[in-house]
Amino acid sequence: MKTRSALILALAASSLALSACSKKAPQILPPDPGGAVSTDNGGTGSQAPLPGSQADFLAQMMGQDTIYFDTDRYNIDGADQQALAAQAVWLAKYPAKRITIEGHCDERGTREYNLALGERRANAAKNYLVSLGIDAGRIGTVSHGKERPLALGSNEESWAKNRRAVTVTID
Amino acid sequence: MKLTHLLAATALVAMSATLAAQDAPQPAATAPAQEEVLTGTVSGEGDWQNQSIAIPAFATNADVPTQTSAGTTAALGFSVASVIYSDLRNNGLFKPTGPGSLPKPALPQVQAPDYGTWQTRGTDMLLQGYVRAEAGGNVTVGCYLYDVSLGQRLTQAGWTVAPGEWRRAAHKCADMAYSRLSGENPFFDSRIAYIAETGPKDRRMKRLAVMDSDGANHRFLTTGQTTALTPRYSPDYKKILYLSYFNGQPRIYIYDLGTNSQSLLLQSKHPLFAPRWSPDGKWVLYSMAIAGNTDIYKMPAAGGAAIKLTDSPGIDIGGSFSPDGSRIVFESDRSASQQVYVMNADGSGQKRISFFGGRSATPEWSPRGDQIAFTHIAGNFRIAVMDPSGGSLRYLTDAWQDEAPTWAPNGRVLQFFRTTRGSGKTGVWQVDITGKNERKLETPGDGSDPAWGPLRP
Repeated sequence: MKTRSALILALAASSLALSACSKKAPQILPPDPGGAVSTDNGGTGSQAPLPGSQADFLAQMMGQDTIYFDTDRYNIDGADQQALAAQAVWLAKYPAKRITIEGHCDERGTREYNLALGERRANAAKNYLVSLGIDAGRIGTVSHGKERPLALGSNEESWAKNRRAVTVTID
Repeated sequence: MKLTHLLAATALVAMSATLAAQDAPQPAATAPAQEEVLTGTVSGEGDWQNQSIAIPAFATNADVPTQTSAGTTAALGFSVASVIYSDLRNNGLFKPTGPGSLPKPALPQVQAPDYGTWQTRGTDMLLQGYVRAEAGGNVTVGCYLYDVSLGQRLTQAGWTVAPGEWRRAAHKCADMAYSRLSGENPFFDSRIAYIAETGPKDRRMKRLAVMDSDGANHRFLTTGQTTALTPRYSPDYKKILYLSYFNGQPRIYIYDLGTNSQSLLLQSKHPLFAPRWSPDGKWVLYSMAIAGNTDIYKMPAAGGAAIKLTDSPGIDIGGSFSPDGSRIVFESDRSASQQVYVMNADGSGQKRISFFGGRSATPEWSPRGDQIAFTHIAGNFRIAVMDPSGGSLRYLTDAWQDEAPTWAPNGRVLQFFRTTRGSGKTGVWQVDITGKNERKLETPGDGSDPAWGPLRP
């Protein structure tokens, strides 16, 4: 376990180093997922979040709980690698924590295809975390297709924010 | 489909257990000779659309209370004519005049119209009838179609219905006239399953709901606590397949309309999407995602081993059987973007048929077999049709986002859903096969994913 954690951290660090440029992540961090996320945030109150909680995860990730995709794409690019590496570091620190990755699409796709595409995006994120040494058994995926948009506009800026995979830890 | 041929004067039709055959008043005139005369009166397509048709209030033998929502038999007679009038008017069929602006014939005139009076009014066709209360609460509706200029009865039929189903008799009457005058198969007496939507864009409540083809008899089937999507009526109207979330995962449910209960189609740890019935109701198509790869399967509707039909590394999803059940049209992004493919019902012979640029999605095979409706995405989302080999592309709509066409039972009319840019509000819309008569259906709130069921027996 010890060597494995070390490996994860090493991989994560190298990944951080590799992923300097990020071409498509929205410049503005998305707002608090709020109602668009199906799992409770598990906030513990006013003070510092409980280490290892979802609130702690969100605080530590500073927006990197979410990765973003190009239209109709599901590949993990440099910015995504950076975010997932940060997630992997946190997950290595709390090896008992399980997560669900929620895949989403923008509204400019047909409903059923988007359900499958959201699953494919969540799965791409999962595969990358597994490649960083996170046990696949800790990671669930779910797709909401285009049914749960985060940004409400009908423009490229909103669509870019909605093509996403959100990692939610299970408290 | 038997009901499309109610031409014989003696045809009095058993519609189902709840719609029993009934002795309508027999015509005084003999009927058999009428067919020959009338064949020539129905001319080519286009002409029939311009025929004026008068639909006066249906007469009654006695104005007595009924258990129908319409009131007494006289009120019911007016309502039946109004439903028929709305069916024709809302679908752009003929030039109908409704009971509100027409004299009401007396009962004897139902079978012996005063042709001279109607000719004076400039009416081409006369669609009239009567209602009668039966002992035990049922009501009988007699329906007669006359060619005014020829002074001839074209066809007639009668139905005895339970009080709650009186609108079905009106739809059957509208179907009779439409079918006789257009030569097309009927479609009014049918139902639609769809997803009723309410609430803000990021927290939409999506409920399974059903309604008649004209929006009446609307009913919500699910509470909205979990999102419901993509319903499909079984060919016998007894069940609805649809997608809902269970423990956070999309799953396929069967809603049993007889028992109002829901069950999972099958147990799986993988997400399941896009359920479809085969035309005979014996098979269910579905799509399952495993590790980012979605493929199409089919399984016996009664349960049993599934057969995997596609095996491409991309997203293969949806599917719609040809009317004879021998082939399936589906969508796949194996060539990089969503395109429409056809395969045999056993999965063999997979072949791409859409080469129009952009993306082609949500294919649905026409009940007539001659067309495939789909969503064409090139900038905007438009409803389009093509022939089953991928030729003869025709656009039927032109809006920002129209998707997911579904066919009327006769393959002449389609519904789809339209999303409004910005607000995300949705509505169920209808358009005919020529791209005309586009209109929004009245639903209690927003609506999406319409699924038109077959003609009711």
